[in-house]
Amino acid sequence: MKGIWVIARRELNSFFDSLMAYIIIIIFLGFTGFFTWIYGQDIFFTGQASLTGFFNISYWTLFFFIPALSMRLIAEERQSGTLELLLTKPVSDWQIITGKFLAAFLLISIAIGLSIIYYFSVWRLGNIDHGATITGYLGLLLMSAAYISIGIFASSITSNQIVAFLLSLFIGIFFHILFGIISSNFTGLIGRILDFLSMQTHFESISRGVIALNDLLYFGSLILLGLIGSELSLAKRNLSE
Amino acid sequence: MDIVIENLTKKYGVQKAVDNVSFSVKNGEVLGLLGPNGAGKTTIMKAITNYFAPTSGTIRIGNFDVVEHPEEVKKHIGYLPETNPLYEDMPVVDYLHFVAELHNIPNDKIKERIYDIILTCGLQREKYKKINELSKGYRQRVGLAQALIHNPEVLILDEPTEGLDPNQIVEIRELIKKIGREKTVILSSHILAEVEATCDRIMIINNGKIVADNTADGLRKASRGNEILIVGIEDGERNDIYEALKQLETVEMVDFSSKDGNNCFEVQSKTGNSSAKAIFQLCVNRGWYISRLNVIETKLEDIFRQLTKN
Repeated sequence: MKGIWVIARRELNSFFDSLMAYIIIIIFLGFTGFFTWIYGQDIFFTGQASLTGFFNISYWTLFFFIPALSMRLIAEERQSGTLELLLTKPVSDWQIITGKFLAAFLLISIAIGLSIIYYFSVWRLGNIDHGATITGYLGLLLMSAAYISIGIFASSITSNQIVAFLLSLFIGIFFHILFGIISSNFTGLIGRILDFLSMQTHFESISRGVIALNDLLYFGSLILLGLIGSELSLAKRNLSE
Repeated sequence: MDIVIENLTKKYGVQKAVDNVSFSVKNGEVLGLLGPNGAGKTTIMKAITNYFAPTSGTIRIGNFDVVEHPEEVKKHIGYLPETNPLYEDMPVVDYLHFVAELHNIPNDKIKERIYDIILTCGLQREKYKKINELSKGYRQRVGLAQALIHNPEVLILDEPTEGLDPNQIVEIRELIKKIGREKTVILSSHILAEVEATCDRIMIINNGKIVADNTADGLRKASRGNEILIVGIEDGERNDIYEALKQLETVEMVDFSSKDGNNCFEVQSKTGNSSAKAIFQLCVNRGWYISRLNVIETKLEDIFRQLTKN
């Protein structure tokens, strides 16, 4: 357990030392703030004390931001050779993967957490649905965790960060939007499966204030699948072929 | 802790990087791995440190099998990889702190350990600098410091003096020798003098196989065969001396060695004999004097080339 935290802390420090963390936080808050308060379907335009607009913008912003954050997690270590150093220290592959995951998740949580000022501002403006807001935040966190996990997997199979970035966007876009679009063309079992695979279905259901078991199951298995995939891709070095 | 390797094989695709290698290293022994580039030295080291699993064969460190108990084994190993990878953006102390934590050194002892190791590796003046600001020699010291921080019982050093200046090389060699008295050390190098200076035992590897495993002296003896002396004898007729030397019981062959001087001879003794004493006695009897007497040593370089040429 300590190994995970040691790795996560180093990673988190490196995010803050390299300004990456500040850039992510500022751009995330600026971007979502702009569309929540100033432009488009903003709060004053819709005239409702609700953070739905913020959640919708975040849903897309995080989709692009997370691969940029996660692309270096393993690929950079592989490129510079420090992966060899880590793998020969008394930590398991799983601890390395989860440590990296934790670091990225904490950084994204800080960025999302800081947007709580929007919540308090809207609260002062009118009657906000507290339940839906809280589950909306939960949805954002779960979605982020799923994309970080996919991002780490993409980062673990290459030593090129750009490839890792594009690959995680490529895998992500299926869950983010494509499965949803395709599912509307199918009926029956295939339609239901594709609909279940679509992130949007689960995210919307959670941000409406409903925490259903199958939503949690969906996010949980995506996260786990990404992490296990990354671990397997690290373990590939043990094979001879 | 002893290292015992049995029938180690590692394949990359169809190519065997290490081919059925068995050897053991005892506690307190420094083993030098020698071999041309691509011989399999680094592969053996990576398998011992559990960077990857061998294709077949077993590696035991102390009582633990490397593949079955990786985390237990890794606790006892200090490893300096060939490329000496480091987290460039970290200051030296922070980096060592990170490694110390990975090795589960108790928090209250970490500062003390870092202080000790910085002193041992001569990093006092550089300790707050970022690693990417350091010269190659100092980076190598940081690499060595991270390998030593948890006071491991087994040290695996892949070309530890690469990139150091002559003074630093001597310092690091002294350090390795000192450490080697209590620990099990395997180091690789392609500098033969270095291996000879630091190692108790030398293992030469070629094409993934062990081609020699002996002490430096043992290697010389095995390859030298007969003793060869260069003798300079004055105050006598050249041909008389030649004939007299030939008559000696221990001498197999005598030749003029004019490149060494006018009255110089190359004397090869019979197997297992030394002629120095007999030559001295001869000169005393005849009233000649010896102006020089050199033993021709077979250079380690020659042995190395002889064993590894394909």
